[in-house]
Amino acid sequence: MTAPLLKVENLRIELTTRDGVAPVIDDLSFELGAGESISFVGESGCGKSMTALGIMGLLPEKVGRVASGSINFAGEELSTATEKRMREIRGNDISMIFQEPMTSLNPVYTVGEQIAEVLRAHQNLSKAAAWASAIELLDAVRIPNAQRRVSDYPFQMSGGQRQRVMIAIALACKPKILIADEPTTALDVTIQAQIFDLLNDMKRQTGAAIIMITHDMGAVAEMAERMIVMYAGRNAEQGPVEQIIERPRHPYSKGLIACVPHIMATLTEERRELTEVAGIVPSLREFGKNRCLFASRCNMVTQKCLDKRPPEVAFEGQQMSACWHAEAV
Amino acid sequence: MASLQSLMMRILYAAILLIAVLVLNFSMMHMAPGDVADTISQSMGGADQELLDQIRADYGLDQPFLVQMGRYIGNVLQFDLGYSFFYNKPVTELILQRLPATLLLVFVAQILALFIGVILGVISARKPNGIASHFVTILALFGYSAPVFWTGILLLIGFSLKIQLFPVAGMRDVTIEGGFWVHFIDVARHMVLPVITLGSIFLALYSRLSRATMMEVLGSDYVRTAKAKGLTERQVVYKHALKNSLSPVITLAGLQFSAVISGAVLVEAVFSWPGLGTLAFQSIIARDTPTILGILFFSALVVIVGNLLTDLALRLVDPRVRSKG
Ligand SMILES: Nc1ncnc2c1ncn2[C@@H]1O[C@H](COP(=O)(O)OP(=O)(O)OP(=O)(O)O)[C@@H](O)[C@H]1O
Ligand code: SF4
Ligand SMILES: [Mg+2]
Repeated sequence: MTAPLLKVENLRIELTTRDGVAPVIDDLSFELGAGESISFVGESGCGKSMTALGIMGLLPEKVGRVASGSINFAGEELSTATEKRMREIRGNDISMIFQEPMTSLNPVYTVGEQIAEVLRAHQNLSKAAAWASAIELLDAVRIPNAQRRVSDYPFQMSGGQRQRVMIAIALACKPKILIADEPTTALDVTIQAQIFDLLNDMKRQTGAAIIMITHDMGAVAEMAERMIVMYAGRNAEQGPVEQIIERPRHPYSKGLIACVPHIMATLTEERRELTEVAGIVPSLREFGKNRCLFASRCNMVTQKCLDKRPPEVAFEGQQMSACWHAEAV
Repeated sequence: MASLQSLMMRILYAAILLIAVLVLNFSMMHMAPGDVADTISQSMGGADQELLDQIRADYGLDQPFLVQMGRYIGNVLQFDLGYSFFYNKPVTELILQRLPATLLLVFVAQILALFIGVILGVISARKPNGIASHFVTILALFGYSAPVFWTGILLLIGFSLKIQLFPVAGMRDVTIEGGFWVHFIDVARHMVLPVITLGSIFLALYSRLSRATMMEVLGSDYVRTAKAKGLTERQVVYKHALKNSLSPVITLAGLQFSAVISGAVLVEAVFSWPGLGTLAFQSIIARDTPTILGILFFSALVVIVGNLLTDLALRLVDPRVRSKG
């Protein structure tokens, strides 16, 4: 097997809050091959965005930091890279699109300027050449009338169109990895399907690997080959998507999958969110405790679960689960 | 074009506003005790009732209120603001003589306060615990609490009398001879203290607001996007964040125009700056009604023009304002 494009090992990200220091990401490891798609699922607040920002080197200033572990991108360690080196990588080798298309674009510059800017930053293009590429990119993300729309301001576009512009910006420099942090959560269901289609097409065209963060199990099934189920900053279960859906090895993933009626249903159909496992995610203060953090919501809980954090148990076909009773799930 | 149309509407509103100011001005002055006839008779060393009536008839002061007002407004619209008996000059001429000095003071103070205020705001927003940030806090405290004339007099004592760095009063030294640059430097030297005095109040205001908006903007989603593109810190702050943080500051600056004018009156009085403020001061004491009315009219004009300029500036920085009008 060739070396993976991105290798995250025992990553620990700490946040300094008023209540003290808490590990918002605790001992997370995963790999991403070139051109591969991996999906992160899990409820709100379990650290999906923090993982993404950690890879980008954009953790909230003075609050978040990589405390230990490594983020290795194509043989280069990112967690200790200089800010200058990270700037070269951001938007060029690794790009990110965000959950909020309505506010993610700068309201006072035209979309063309905002696309051209990233090209100029990384590719030394002239103003005119960057502008021409911006038009091509708008066309590629299927904005009709690209020639004219390129001089529009963000407020003249719909949410779906703005997210397309964000995708154009992210893919402008043909990155090796695209991180999409809940790219469709804020959009209408029909628009969601179009955006997923677009991302799939772009992935095929550019060969970028995708890290897709989502609440939407249907999107996971459609978009990704492998998935990581996260819970309270930790890896709960990891493995090939179909395998996990068919035979989950963690009570949390099992709950998530059970509460989505037709995972494979067409994407235009209204799907329910992942919040239907009874109970709530523990608060950040609980994150570092040496026990299973899912215990308060688990129907298989035993004393062992409360005494010690469960280790990651490997199963056949690259599946692994962090549960004391994984065999019995 | 919707944008041009809305601009025309603005100008129309401004014109209506100006007429309203005229009506109000005239009514107020009319209600105040004492009129031109009194002033003239005083300067002649007293007059009997017959002469007073004669003077009133000559200047149309015996006409009904509305007629007087109508005539006044009509004249003003032809830039005839009446005649000052105190100065023995047409008011328009009097004002146009003094206006440049006031405009110079007001605009230089405003623009410097805006420019320095925004820069201080940006620097302190990036380092909320840095020196610049503490400076803004102290400046704000000082700017809000110290009265203009007090600051002015303090500076005057310190930098004109104790350390003789700047001239004590006026706008230029009549004994100086030389070309344009010699006079330029002379006026600039005279301006330093008045501009600092007038600007300091507004500097406090602008730097605080710009620090607050800048901090908010730096935490916004599009700034995160700019960082995710791999732009340099400078591009993120000065291209993406700064332009977005300008609108509130410009709006505030526009609202401050009338405060700047009234501040200018005090500053001019302290530094004997030969502008409208000093003129207003003198003509109020002399009960020179036409001049006072003229000055009120011109200050209203300056405020209204200032607001229009603010509007244009907002259009320049924010495309949303441009399209909505
Ligand atoms: N700037 C911050 N300061 C302090 N705590 C933060 C900050 N940003 C996020 N957190 C906390 O970190 C935890 C993980 O947040 P994160 O945004 O990674 O969750 P998420 O899985 O992306 O959730 P969502 O699905 O809602 O986006 C949350 O408990 C959140 O409250
Ligand atoms: S370790 Fe125990 S509490 Fe945690 S998920 Fe497994 S069975 Fe449930
Ligand atoms: Mg998130």
